[in-house]
Amino acid sequence: MKLTRRDFIKSNAVAAAASVAGVTLPVSQTVAADADDGIRWDKAACRYCGTGCSVLMGVKDGKVVASQGDPDAPVNKGLNCIKGYFLPKILYGEDRLTKPLLRKTNGKYDKNGKFEAVSWEEAFQTMADKWIAARKAKGPKGVGMFGSGQWTVWEGYAASKLLKAGFRSNSLEPNARHCMASAVGAFMRGFGIDEPMGCYDDLEHADVFVLWGANMAEMHPILWSRLTDTRLTKPGCEVHVLSTFEHRCYELADNGMVFEPQTDLAILNYIANYIIQNKAYNKEFIDKHVNFTKTPTDIGYGLRDNDPREKAAKNRAKGKLTKISFEEYAKSVEPYTLEYTSKLSKVPKDKLLKLAKAYADPKKKVSSYWTMGFNQHTRGVWVNGLCYNVHLLMGKIAEPGNSPFSLTGQPSACGTAREVGTFTHRLPADLVTKKDAHCKFAEKVWKLPAGTIPRANGKTDGADQTDISGKPMGKTLIHAVAMHRALKDGKMNCFWVQCNNNMQAAANMNDESYPGWRNPDNFIAVTDPYPTVSAQAADLILPTAMWIEKEGAYGNAERRTQFWRQQVSAPGEAKSDVWQIMEFSKYVKVKDVWPEDLIAKAPEYADKTLFDVLYANGQVDKFPVEQVTDSRGNKYDNDESADFGFYVQKGLFEEYRLFNSVEGIPKKGHEMADFDTYHKVRGMRWPVIDGKETLWRFREGYDPHVAKGEGVKFYGKPDGKANIITAPYEPAAEPPDKEYDLWLCTGRVLEHWHSGSMTRRVPELYRAVPDAVVYMHPKDAKKRRLRNGALAKISSRRGEIVCKVDTKGRNKCPEGLVFIPWFDAGRLVNKLTLDQTDPLSKETDYKKCSVKITRA
Amino acid sequence: MSETERKNEINRRQFLGNMLKTACGVGLVGLGLGAYSKRASSLPADYIRPPGALPEEDFLGACIRCGLCVRDCPYDILFLGEVGDEVATGTPYFIARTGPCEMCEEIPCVVACPTNALDHDLKDIEDSRMGLAVLIDQESCIAFHGLRCEVCFNVCPIRNRAITLDMQHNPRSGKHALFIPVVHSEACTGCGLCERACILEEAAIKVFPMHLAKGELGKHYRLGWKEKEKAGKALVTPDAEHRYNLPEGVRYDLQGEGLIIEGEAEETPFSSNPLDTLNSGFMDK
Amino acid sequence: MVDMTTLGDDAIAAKGWFKSHKFLILRRLSQLGILALFLTGPWFGIWIVKGNLASNLTLDVLPLTDPYVLLQASLSGVVPETAAIIGVVIVLAFYLLVGGRVYCSWVCPVNMVTDLAAWLRRKLGIRTTSQFSRSTRYWMLALTLILPLVVTGGIIWELVNPVSMMFRGIVFGMGAAWVMVLGIFLFDLIVAKDGWCGHVCPVGAFYNLVGSKSLLRVNAAQRQACNDCMECYVVCPEPQVIKPALKGEKKGLSPVILSSDCTNCGRCIDICAPEVFSYGGRHAKKIDEYKREGGINQGVRV
Repeated sequence: MKLTRRDFIKSNAVAAAASVAGVTLPVSQTVAADADDGIRWDKAACRYCGTGCSVLMGVKDGKVVASQGDPDAPVNKGLNCIKGYFLPKILYGEDRLTKPLLRKTNGKYDKNGKFEAVSWEEAFQTMADKWIAARKAKGPKGVGMFGSGQWTVWEGYAASKLLKAGFRSNSLEPNARHCMASAVGAFMRGFGIDEPMGCYDDLEHADVFVLWGANMAEMHPILWSRLTDTRLTKPGCEVHVLSTFEHRCYELADNGMVFEPQTDLAILNYIANYIIQNKAYNKEFIDKHVNFTKTPTDIGYGLRDNDPREKAAKNRAKGKLTKISFEEYAKSVEPYTLEYTSKLSKVPKDKLLKLAKAYADPKKKVSSYWTMGFNQHTRGVWVNGLCYNVHLLMGKIAEPGNSPFSLTGQPSACGTAREVGTFTHRLPADLVTKKDAHCKFAEKVWKLPAGTIPRANGKTDGADQTDISGKPMGKTLIHAVAMHRALKDGKMNCFWVQCNNNMQAAANMNDESYPGWRNPDNFIAVTDPYPTVSAQAADLILPTAMWIEKEGAYGNAERRTQFWRQQVSAPGEAKSDVWQIMEFSKYVKVKDVWPEDLIAKAPEYADKTLFDVLYANGQVDKFPVEQVTDSRGNKYDNDESADFGFYVQKGLFEEYRLFNSVEGIPKKGHEMADFDTYHKVRGMRWPVIDGKETLWRFREGYDPHVAKGEGVKFYGKPDGKANIITAPYEPAAEPPDKEYDLWLCTGRVLEHWHSGSMTRRVPELYRAVPDAVVYMHPKDAKKRRLRNGALAKISSRRGEIVCKVDTKGRNKCPEGLVFIPWFDAGRLVNKLTLDQTDPLSKETDYKKCSVKITRA
Repeated sequence: MSETERKNEINRRQFLGNMLKTACGVGLVGLGLGAYSKRASSLPADYIRPPGALPEEDFLGACIRCGLCVRDCPYDILFLGEVGDEVATGTPYFIARTGPCEMCEEIPCVVACPTNALDHDLKDIEDSRMGLAVLIDQESCIAFHGLRCEVCFNVCPIRNRAITLDMQHNPRSGKHALFIPVVHSEACTGCGLCERACILEEAAIKVFPMHLAKGELGKHYRLGWKEKEKAGKALVTPDAEHRYNLPEGVRYDLQGEGLIIEGEAEETPFSSNPLDTLNSGFMDK
Repeated sequence: MVDMTTLGDDAIAAKGWFKSHKFLILRRLSQLGILALFLTGPWFGIWIVKGNLASNLTLDVLPLTDPYVLLQASLSGVVPETAAIIGVVIVLAFYLLVGGRVYCSWVCPVNMVTDLAAWLRRKLGIRTTSQFSRSTRYWMLALTLILPLVVTGGIIWELVNPVSMMFRGIVFGMGAAWVMVLGIFLFDLIVAKDGWCGHVCPVGAFYNLVGSKSLLRVNAAQRQACNDCMECYVVCPEPQVIKPALKGEKKGLSPVILSSDCTNCGRCIDICAPEVFSYGGRHAKKIDEYKREGGINQGVRV
């Protein structure tokens, strides 16, 4: 140890001496020049956040040896954040998984056995036996799959088909449930169509930026540098930042506000009230384009049925909107006066007033940005909606610079999780399983007998759908948090996690996730490139190809779809998620999972495998294997196509595109360009019509779906009008009390992405931020006899962790609140968090629970 | 001269001769040592002394090479110079890139020092000046190219004082900002946490001993605006009022914007093109 | 001439092997034991003594500081901490009592190297004689104390001091210090008998002065029994100290070895078959007289 350290110091000293002397060491330069020979460069979308930076990856001898920001990418213009800088390294962690691993004792599967390498055949056969049995015994919710906003578009699409059409189960959820579900809920309720109306160009056109629970400085680093540039270069530009603690965005803020958790609801209502009281609203706009509605209140917190907070809720999980008048709406926000709101939120009056004035000034273009502060909120759909209310009142929407903008945390939360139907209630292209007609349309596109897809309520044409057990299908929807509860209760027996680290990510690990996964009745499969916390808790680990080890596509937060080719092959026997989904489907026969009455509609399917029905259906397998090339003649492998004998990605994408292009589509507005086009462009923002992409939706001239003369049309709604939905302030589920006297907020840091399974394997990033710390106010620390750097024990009603105290670092918490990032597998903060959700969106609130802190 | 006397004389001469020889020998050793000490006491650029270390010359006189500071460092970052190292043998140092000072509030290394070579008057670790961080290579530092790194800024324990971010327009991309790390000597302790954290192969920000890191303004020169700020007023009689020959509608602001042409940017409800007004119909609704 | 091949055989025959190596073994145990106390910390995490011979802290309570190093530091202008002053007082008191050069023979790790060189010289029959006087060490001492006063850059001697370097090397990391150790070994082996410790080392010279009036002394109490085998002269690192005590009876000199050059190493006691030598007090000279008068031998036999 010591010798190597000394040697390092020595060589370091030489280099240091050289740099002091202003000498560049010539040798390394020549080496670099030689090494650049023969590198094949190709574009890809960054693996991390929803910003969607484009990168160029340099491959030589089958290995990624170089990388750079893509100078021609409109999003990032050659720039990267610190994570993007190290992209090649995430592929080459020393502990990559290369073989399927099954828990075994004496050569046989055993829930309590040790992991042993097995063949793919054994892995899938074991898994298929379990899945078929569980599907029969426990109904459509007996099996489940948990995917990701990091899946490529076709992986999500293939999974959607496997579960919804193959296994006839709606138990498919992405981790976007923990991330974007509230945003989706608000888009659907407000506009009837998902995803932002604006695009990143708003960052250059706005006069005022308001950040609501978004730490863009760290979580969307490149977008933040665009926002900062506008602030620096545009006279009069203002930045308002709101959060429950001070983070790095406050360094730029002209008006930084720290509010009491949950009172963002009140602040937004205050702004609406201010606009109305001062008659600043855009009357013409609201008359023409807005309906006023209200939503049921006192809706609970998405906890288990027996929780007293749920029993006390009057309108548990209800969300049906009722039309109201403008006057009724005005009256509903009237209580939110400056005095009341300031007192409740603890934000000084002058700051609130300054914020309200910025929104109310008709001359100022305002863009609001939010991420998890709004979405991971027990009133997430409400609070998203309240922000739209303010924008709609002023008509500051759907035009350059005027944009309420929901940012995504994952690279393809939009493109995959939301667009191709990986939620329990969704089908591709904004269709929903709640609607019989949507299901029928999907069945037609998929060339399946009517009634195959399980309806949300288990009924088609008013009659019960039959399950494989012969019983009626029953209600079929099950969301992410409910899945873990079902696993714990033994109602779901098989669970397959792909492309995310759900054991580390899901709330209340001690009481729900871990007991659920380790329930002896259950069989948990985890597809992962690295031995994550999830893999450790699984029964079967399937090694996967990451990111550019397969051909892929991501859709970023501004509706931009970006493609990449397979750059290198995965190590060992690792296979991509899409390969695993399709290969697994070969182990299940239609008659294993479909009832006789359904098979009777297509008897030729009975002995076929799900693979034959879903993927070898004449559509997905339509495109033959071809040598993938670029315009410069470089050649690329495509391992999936080689294995299956057809161009897998193209087939899946083009079939998905039918949902937006065939006759009789139930919902327009999601049009995409064809597969080959995307390989040529640096991404395109949908809807893409006649090869033209759309920057701002709902606005005449910008959006081809808005006819001439209509001006603005929210065409997601039948009457073309958006909904202003009034909702009050309601308290959080678990505010601090005498014993657990601090709010706990969780989140991320710039250097690590999500659970750290990739970034913690980059030595430089690990060195920069090795472990999670608890950020707290120095006074709170002092009260507990803690100081900066001391070890603290943080406990909630559900568990405890130990980490170091940080009173001086990047996040400055107010007294009464602490912040802990969740990237650290060594300090699992989700042992502490509560599995509370927004009852409407079912999205978990990771930002508010109560803890106590003592010296460790 | 008797035999004995001659013998004694010889003995005396021999003795004196021997003594002279010894004295010369030792003197030469002394010269050699003196010369060697000059070389051996030059502190290399990447060897940083522990907190509270006296100025190098005094430090070398005060440090008795006992290693108690090394032993009491809870993070084990301190080493004693070994023969062959470029640092005075037996004296403590750390290498920021591999093991920077973690800035313990109790400063145990200073407490351990028996001779005040590490100054016991240092009570607040933020007052220590182990060295100075220097962003030495702006060509390699990715922040200067607009990449969002800022790791040095984020790990700096003297947050937003020792290193700040200077936000600038990125003329190359045209729409992104640069976040340039800037080190401030009045707050930087030289702990080296930034150097360790720097994600480059070879750190672009490095801690150097103060005498290498710092320039010095000519002793005669003062920065006028700083002096004025310090004094809270002009150091000389304030400027008298100026008046100018100017055409109608034009002002001149001596200390501010200079020439101001009134009404230049005035807003009116009318487009500069009269056809727009004519074609838009009545404004009254 | 002493036959080197049979050196010590008589003592072994008379007293047995163990008794004729007793103090050698005890000294090695002392030297290694002191090192061990410093090494349990870095090696096993059991912290008994922190620091090194220059300054250290035992069990986080007892401070000990080398007076020679601190003197050098003080000459370069340092005002030491209280702990260091307490440490120096304790150390000085100890050596004033037991003899300054006990440091050289019982503590200093270089002693093991120079002893080895001396042993090899005897085995190999190397007979070079030193070209310089034993007083050189005092000149060296003077030099090391003057340098901090005249040359900037502080405790110059500590840049090269092989004594502290070797101990520190073992406890903290050797670096190239082994070259210095090897140098001393070769110097003692080839250039001069007892060259380093007996002629050059200013650390020894310092302790020599510290212990000039110390109480614990070697006493040739049974000098009448001396059989003139000369072996004590051969093994003694400072043989000039023996003669006055051993052969000074006629001149009326005390049997107590009074020269502060004596390191109290006890090799003469070990090697002497007739058991002439023993440890005793400084003022035990009268014992010799008692002896002659048929009195009781009250010499301290250790």
